[in-house]
Amino acid sequence: MKAIKNVGLVIFLVGLAIFTALPVIGTFKIDQATFDQMAQDQGFAKSELFVEAMQKNVVGKEFQGIQALSPPVTEALETANAANKKNKAYKKVIYTKPNDMVSSIGKKSGAGYIVENKGMMWFLTFGLGIIGALMFILPNVILLGKKGIKNNGIYHESATNQGWIAWMVFIFLVGFYIILYFAPQYAVNWTYLVDPISERLSGNAAGHWFVYGFMYCVVMTVMAVRMYIKYRHNVYQMVRTTSVLFFQIVFAFLIPEIMVRLQMPYYDFKNAFPLDYDFFFQWNIKSLMNSGGIGLFILVWGIVLTLVVVPVMVYFFGKRWYCSWVCGCGGLAETLGDPYRQHSSKSLFSWKIERWLIHGVLVFAVGMTLMTLYSFFTDTGMVLGLKTASVQNTYSTMIGAVFAGVIGTGFYPIFGNRMWCRFGCPLAAYLGFVQRFKSRFRITTNGGQCISCGNCSTYCEQGIDVRAYAQKGENIVRSSCVGCGVCSAVCPRGVLKLENGPLEGRINPTEVLLGNDVDLMDLVNKK
Amino acid sequence: MEHIVIIGNGIAGVSAARHIRKNSDKKITIVSTETEYFFSRTALMYVYMGHMKFEHTQPYENWFWKKNRIDLVKGFVTKVNHQNKKLILKEGSELSYDKLIIATGSKPNKFGWPGQDLKGVQGLYHRQDLEQLEANAPNNKVCKRAVIVGGGLIGIELAEMLVTRNIPVTFLVREASFWNGVLPKGESELINEHILEHHIDLRLETNLVEIIADENGWAKAVTTDKGETIECTVVGLTAGVSPNIDFLKESGIELGRGVKVNRFLETNIPDIYAIGDCAEQHEAIGNRRPIEAVWYTGRMMGETLAQTICGNRRAYNPGHWFNSAKFLDVEYQTYGWVFSERGMKEYEQHFHWRHSKEKVCITVSFDKDSKKFLGINTFGIRMRHAIFDRWLTEERSVDYVMEFLKDANFDPEFYKVYEGEILTAYNAEFGTSIAPKKKSWKRIFSTT
Repeated sequence: MKAIKNVGLVIFLVGLAIFTALPVIGTFKIDQATFDQMAQDQGFAKSELFVEAMQKNVVGKEFQGIQALSPPVTEALETANAANKKNKAYKKVIYTKPNDMVSSIGKKSGAGYIVENKGMMWFLTFGLGIIGALMFILPNVILLGKKGIKNNGIYHESATNQGWIAWMVFIFLVGFYIILYFAPQYAVNWTYLVDPISERLSGNAAGHWFVYGFMYCVVMTVMAVRMYIKYRHNVYQMVRTTSVLFFQIVFAFLIPEIMVRLQMPYYDFKNAFPLDYDFFFQWNIKSLMNSGGIGLFILVWGIVLTLVVVPVMVYFFGKRWYCSWVCGCGGLAETLGDPYRQHSSKSLFSWKIERWLIHGVLVFAVGMTLMTLYSFFTDTGMVLGLKTASVQNTYSTMIGAVFAGVIGTGFYPIFGNRMWCRFGCPLAAYLGFVQRFKSRFRITTNGGQCISCGNCSTYCEQGIDVRAYAQKGENIVRSSCVGCGVCSAVCPRGVLKLENGPLEGRINPTEVLLGNDVDLMDLVNKK
Repeated sequence: MEHIVIIGNGIAGVSAARHIRKNSDKKITIVSTETEYFFSRTALMYVYMGHMKFEHTQPYENWFWKKNRIDLVKGFVTKVNHQNKKLILKEGSELSYDKLIIATGSKPNKFGWPGQDLKGVQGLYHRQDLEQLEANAPNNKVCKRAVIVGGGLIGIELAEMLVTRNIPVTFLVREASFWNGVLPKGESELINEHILEHHIDLRLETNLVEIIADENGWAKAVTTDKGETIECTVVGLTAGVSPNIDFLKESGIELGRGVKVNRFLETNIPDIYAIGDCAEQHEAIGNRRPIEAVWYTGRMMGETLAQTICGNRRAYNPGHWFNSAKFLDVEYQTYGWVFSERGMKEYEQHFHWRHSKEKVCITVSFDKDSKKFLGINTFGIRMRHAIFDRWLTEERSVDYVMEFLKDANFDPEFYKVYEGEILTAYNAEFGTSIAPKKKSWKRIFSTT
């Protein structure tokens, strides 16, 4: 069994190594015909200076690796734009960012083994990764022994105890997200791997966001297998894992792609504003309004989802229905992130930061949206002296890309798996208000049974000091709780239970716990 | 300002300190030699197993003590001088008190076995024991085999710990079945089987005779009263605990096995109190033992004594008995009184149900004649404390408990429920035809 695991690990690492090398290898060569076609389709034919420079330095030439292709394209674009601006020929300025220009040129100019053997390359990266990971995970059915909580050795292993392996994973994930958000040209080779899949789904070649979406589903599925094995005694965890997996694959991945194939707007029906922060952006509203019935339906659904469905569901079930049963960010955190859940800080200090940050982001998101709507309806670009577009860009970069992506997932191995959900997600902040003040959900503390061992607090991914409540006999009613149920699972004494019940008695501050003198409890708890 | 000094920073002493602070402005000092800060002793095992780091066993952050003006003194009290209301610490320094709370807990029993003080022989109680175990048994290369002597809760925890590092364990249990002085037969047998499932070499009705030393003074083997010699590297002595009160021998405080206290947790000396594992009631309360070495009772005594110290004199008056434990992967809870065959009352009758495959069972105890419900043990099913506490207060019949058993279930959502099977078995055994009532939130929260 151990041997199978080790072989699996090697296979996985080979797949990972090939995947990691792809951004900087491969041959790129764009021919005249393709370039002319692109110039027409993408409208950069208008800038003769750019086309000229490209003809001279790029077209027909061979480049080894995107890092070789990148400088001449970037230079051509920047020089041409600068000259056009200087000559006040603003209509000839190309507003595509250099990185995106390199990406689209690169995508059309890939040549050689990778492009000609997409299936094989898929197997050597995704295929080996999946096979290796499963070989590493499946033997746990036997190795973990009898069913039950098996957190043995978590704080002895480098990978799960912030050791060097964790730091390597940290660097890899951060690097991956930086490419994704800030240097997509390096993802061009990855897009070839999933072109066949994308073409079958939406009819289009894959872009880097398709790579991300596909990879997201693959990673979640493989790590869900791990969850099923680890928590095979715990039906709540099994059902919940199945639910997040379903919503990711069907709602976040398949339906939007199929909608594109059907000439409909790309839309994830479960992605609620303000997590879906650009829902009210001008381009999105315009695109929805130009998409006929379905566009209008999405517009109404998006508003109803946020204003009605989300709070009503939180009233009945707590924010867990969204955060750990439906949400994609939550889904990744609960599968890929599960081995790192113990790293969330439980200190009071962190809780203070959490409250400022997450509510700050909510204010930012709502403020930005109000500006956007004001600009939309009054047809101005400025609100109170601020440029709407630059506020939107700041949010997209700082919150959408850096916080939710690079920090949110990249920091898993060191700071825990719910960095974004705990400190940043504006939707979580909104759901949190409902959960804290008007919800039937609570984690019930079982009378006086707590022994203060600390397993619950240690494994709370949201950094809630669960024990602080449990040892006082108090129910846990915290806005940040996503209801993952792991505190209840790891409790050795059966103290915690997630449940939905009447509002009365939900918050039950106690000093003297059940089991002691009844008169004393009355005296102390009621004063 | 009145100065309250507490010896011992376990759950009893810390509960007392917290509640005194809630109710007063008195100066509070806690003296302990074991650790700087309060930690949960019950969680030590999880540190060795790698579930937690030691800092996770500390229920309060380090700033908590200063903020709440609870002074922590690291030191070992060697003498109590009650005439002058002074403590003498090991380094020779003195500490004056106005009121003294003794909450020094327990120490592991040793019964004078030959070789019990050899290197590699240890208990599992103090933080230092954990460190010693980490040194003696870091892995199965250093520790080829461990022998554990004593079949109680700490013994099985120690076995579980060592097994997580793939160290072979031999478990010597004096009784004919694990913990059968406390657990009824069916339950004790279930745990026997579960121990074997975990590949622990369980030796029932086997006593330690001698621990044999190697040339360096390390344990190298044990001999048993079955005439066997078992080679090993580590010997765990887990044959119960007794009050940690040696330092009080000449203090004038009345001692039995523990510090003798009345129902107000007062000793024979004014202004000196004892709580937790080290306190011994003059007369046992109800079916309880005079010395209750349980987490929960330590906490309750602390909660109670704090009231007395703050001018609201209260007797220690615990409610219905409850307890819990975990045997490897099987959780155990108990509410009310369910005695083993050895301790069973003459009026007590049991209903026992066990699942055909899973390690799940319950035992319900009731009065033979009146059918009054007396208590329940559950294995592999979580139960709601508040419900059983209420049913015991209301003196419900066993039939009632069976009928409303669903209200008491505390397992996580979507778990398989067993009430149907349990009730079928009950009806068959006692000729009743009780139909189970559906779970009702209204009933569950009716008085809480």
